[in-house]
Parts: sequence; C-alpha cells; structure tokens
Amino acid sequence: MSTAVSPRSARRPAADGTPDADTADPGDPGSGTPNRGGTGSRTLRSEARRRSPQRRRRARRDALLFAALIAPNLLAIIVFSYYPALYNIALSLFEWDFVAPTPEWVGFENYADLFTDPQFGQVLLNTLIFTGVSVVGSIIGGLALGSLLATKLPLTGFAQTMAFAPHMLPGAAVGILWLFMFDPNYGLSRWLFSLFGVGSPAWTTTSDWSLWAITIAYTWQRLGFVTVICYTAILDLPKDLYEAAALDGARGWKLFRHLTLPLLSPITFFLSITGIISAAQAFDIISIMTSGGPGVSSSTLSWMVYEEAFQKFDIGTASAAATVLLVILLIITYIQVRVGEKQVNYDQ
Amino acid sequence: MSTLTTDSQKLAEAAEGTSTRQATNRGRARGPRRPAWQTGLLMIGILATIAVFLVPQYWLFSSALKPRTDIYSWPLQWIPSSLTLDNIRGAWEAAPFDRFFLNSFITTTVGTALEISLAILCAYAFVFVPFRFKKVAFVLIIASLMLPGHVTLIVNYITVANLGWLNSYAGIILPGIASAFAMFLLYQYMRTIDKDILQAAEIDGAGHIRRLLTIVVPLSSPMILTATLIVMVGKWNEYVWPLIVTSTADMRTLPIGLLFLRSQEGYSNWGVILAGAVMVALPMLILFFLAQKRIIGGLAAGAMK
Repeated sequence: MSTAVSPRSARRPAADGTPDADTADPGDPGSGTPNRGGTGSRTLRSEARRRSPQRRRRARRDALLFAALIAPNLLAIIVFSYYPALYNIALSLFEWDFVAPTPEWVGFENYADLFTDPQFGQVLLNTLIFTGVSVVGSIIGGLALGSLLATKLPLTGFAQTMAFAPHMLPGAAVGILWLFMFDPNYGLSRWLFSLFGVGSPAWTTTSDWSLWAITIAYTWQRLGFVTVICYTAILDLPKDLYEAAALDGARGWKLFRHLTLPLLSPITFFLSITGIISAAQAFDIISIMTSGGPGVSSSTLSWMVYEEAFQKFDIGTASAAATVLLVILLIITYIQVRVGEKQVNYDQ
Repeated sequence: MSTLTTDSQKLAEAAEGTSTRQATNRGRARGPRRPAWQTGLLMIGILATIAVFLVPQYWLFSSALKPRTDIYSWPLQWIPSSLTLDNIRGAWEAAPFDRFFLNSFITTTVGTALEISLAILCAYAFVFVPFRFKKVAFVLIIASLMLPGHVTLIVNYITVANLGWLNSYAGIILPGIASAFAMFLLYQYMRTIDKDILQAAEIDGAGHIRRLLTIVVPLSSPMILTATLIVMVGKWNEYVWPLIVTSTADMRTLPIGLLFLRSQEGYSNWGVILAGAVMVALPMLILFFLAQKRIIGGLAAGAMK
C-alpha cells in the first residue's frame, strides 16, 4: 500500500507516551530510525530489501496479527463502553420501561422534564458538593499527609499502610463501617460529639446530614490513595532544587508554596481529573449508607441513574440523567486538559 | 526509581566532596536539621493520621467479634469484654455467605484471568507488532478510561439481557473484561524490554506467539503480577454491575450480599452486619498486607505515567 510511497513522506517524528511512529512500521523503507530499529546491520538489510514483495507481504501479515491481538480487547471496549455510551444518548429521547416492545419517541421531553424538576436541581447540587468536597478535600489532605509521610520519621511506614488500606476495601464494607460509626446511639460519632457535650446528629437518616455522611465516608476511603500518590511524587522531586532553595534560605511553607506545589502540579492535575470522574460515579457507599435518601437529600447523579432505571424503570429519564453526567464530565475533562496545557508544569 | 536517583545523588555528592551531612533521610533533603519542637509537631501529625485511619478499621473488626451487649452499650466498649464468633455465625445463618464467597471467587478469578489475558495480548501488539495506525487504536482504548462507567449501565443491561445472560456468571463477568488501565501498565513495562533479545529470537525462527509466551511474558511477570492484583481487587469490590445483573440470592457476590444483609437486619443487629462486612473486606486486606509494595507501586506507576 503506502509502502511504495516516497520514503520521505513516511518519516515522522517519534511521539512519546504513545506508540512510536518509528516502531509502527519497520517494513517501511523510510523509517530505518536507528535507535528503535536495533542494530546497524538490520538497517542495512532493510535498505537492501526495500520495496520487495516479501517485505510488503510481511507488513500485511503484521497488520493482521496486530488486529488479531488487539481485537478481543478493542471489541470488548467498543461493545461495553463506546456503543452503550452512544446508544444511551439515543435512549434518552424515548420513553421506555424495559418491558414495552418498542420505546416511544418523545424527543427532548425527558430533558425538559429533568431541568424543570426542582428535585433534579437538588441532585445536581448534591453531585457538585459531593464531588467538589471529596476531590478538594482529598487533594489538600493528600498533599499534607504525603508531605508528612515524606519526612520519614518513625511510624510513617505504618501510617502509609493504614491510610491506604481503606482504598483496598470494598465500598460496600466501607459504607457499613461508616454507617455504624455514624449511628447516633452506639457509634463512634456519639462518643466524639459527647466530648463536646452534645449529642450526635442522626447522620444518615436526616436530610441535613445525609449528604455529609456519604461525602465523609467517601473522602476517607479516597484520601489514602491520594496521599500515597502525593507521597511517591514528593520523593521523586529533584533534590538539587531543594538544596539550591535551602541555600537561598527558603523554608517551610514558602518552600512548599513556591517549589513543591508547582513541581507537583502534574500530579495534582491528574488526581483532580481522576478524582472527579470517580467521585461522580461513586455508588456503593451511597447505596449502602443512604440509598440517596431521605428524600433526595443524598442523591447524586449516579444514584439517580440507578434509581430511575432499575427501581422505577423509567429508562428515558435515567438515560437522560446519564447523558447529563456524561456531558458534564466531558466538559470538565476538556476544560482541565486545556487549562492543564497552559498552566501545569511539565518540565522535569 | 526513587532509590536510583537517591543513589546517584549520593554518588554525585560524594564525588564532589560536598556531602557535609550524612544522607540519613533517604527522602527529600530539607536543608538543616529541624528543631526538636518541629519534630514533635510532625510526630503528633503522624499519630493523628494513624488514628484517623486505624480507629475506624479497628472499630469494624473489633465490633464484629464483640458480644452483642458490648456493641449496644454506652459508654462505648473500646476493648471487647470477650471475643466471640457468634456474629460471624449469625451472618452465615442470615444469608448464604458460602454461596456469596463462591460467586465472588468465580467471578473474580475468571474475570481477572480474562482481563489480564486481553491486556497482555493488546500490550504486546502495541509494543512489538508493527502497524501503521497503532496510535488511533491506542487512543481509542486509553480514552475509554475517561468514559464514566455509569453511563453504560442501562445499555449494557439491555445487551446482556438480549444475550440471555442476566443472572449468570457470564453476565457478571463479560462486560468487565475490557482492559485499559492494566493494558497501559503492561504496555509501559513492555516498552522497557530490550528489543535485541526479541530480535535474536526472531532470527532463530521464533514466531510472535512463541516470543510472546517464552520471552515477553516471563520478562514482564513482575508487572503482570501487579496488574493482576490491582484488577483482582477491583473485581472483588465491584458493586453496581453485579447488583443490577443478578436477581436471585444464589447469584449474588459478597458486596451485594452485604447490601441485602443490611436491609434485612436493619439497625437492630449491628454485630451480624459488621461480621458480614468483615468477611467481605478481609480477603482484600490480607491481599493488601501481603502485596502492599506491589499494589501501591503499580497504582503509582499508573498515575505518574
């Protein structure tokens, strides 16, 4: 095919992080890049055999092999990720209950219903609070704890293990654990509040507190992960910069604010994107602790999608809500990538 | 990686003869030694951190082993008056936990084996098989990480229902076998394998399949193990999909069983519910304590790119 095209046009700069253009095609006469192509003798051989039919047949065989190797995974991703995400958008334009033989076309009615429903506003606000507090809280906490662990004082290893363990636990177990801790009569919450001489709020059963109950439990589970990532990143920081800064007399907070934070920005950037995506999908803790209640006081978009689809069998509303979730996350990812391109310090 | 830079740092310091202080803290050097009061404050911070994470976990495990009177008591009974397995037994009687264990075990092991196999094949193709449009396929796979899984629930349910897999192991396992994160980890690792070895094998007449099985897989085994552990934890903890796709008690996995145990027992029988939570959590905790370095290292490698 294009193997016959002029060698120069096939020469492409190697991209980093993604599959390199030069490994992409050793059969291509133009891409005899020495560092990838291996030994010099091989380059010579490929020069000698350029454009030979065997070479071309070989490239075709490689392409077939490549397709066969990635097919199972790619197929699974297309069938169970991309196709459902797109088909879900289509479903949001219909009224359906899983049972009726054909869904009924209603256009944008589901969206109109959603955005005129004050309860949906509450759900959006809950999602925003839950996601915002858990992401910001876990990153601030993670930076602080990560720096603390990086001092390598006694017990920091143990603290790291203990902090990370909740991240390994099933969300269902973490939910049960916090449900019990929040029990106003026999939970740790009663003890903690009694230290201040007040009674514990009924965390999971009153609408004033339920959202905070799930937010705290979720942040607690996530914090250890963020801490360990920050800690690893802090240990990887270039030490010569710190020695130079120490010579200049920079210490403590100033050092952290003007050197550590900027150097860590790629990591905090990564943590905020993945944090938002996973918080917006948090489900197990909510399901176990409050089931979105009382009322919709702790209902987030992810809970609402489940509730509308699999408890109320209102597929149109559920898929419309899921589409809203998708659009919000795509917008946030897009903004973050754009902002990230400008501000994040990718040097080093 | 960090040890490497630390070592070269030390070497450089030694070579220049500028190393006035011993590199006692292998972490980041922070200039002059900190005064004692600062160390004290930091130690308090560390102890507080431990408390925040340890106390709830201690509370869960100790309460699961407490007699009922200890749980329902005020002031709180920090140390159980006696240890009992009554709660575990109670949970086992209230719900078919043996069945939950079996279901969780089957779906986790089969699902992990499938996902890791797909990831190995895929990563091998990206690293070692030449192909013109690799980049497109790669982006397509990695971008799926950004796709919120919740958006796919409804349609996946419809797909699985149409395939007749509702309430079956196939239905629980198959939608989860697509691999992006594990594939990425393996891809990054395989890129570091010396291509000359493979070339030598190729000259000796070893085809791709043989090179994959006899060279690449053994050389990548540390990362394969790491990826397997991470994937396994994810599958064991999987919640929303098994909740949707199973409809009878005998097909539930452990986390879903826990939800039903909670709804069934209400708040009047904490001991039994907590015992259930311990049974769900313990296998993952044990796994974590055994392979802590590997799991954290793998997740950190995924984050650092």
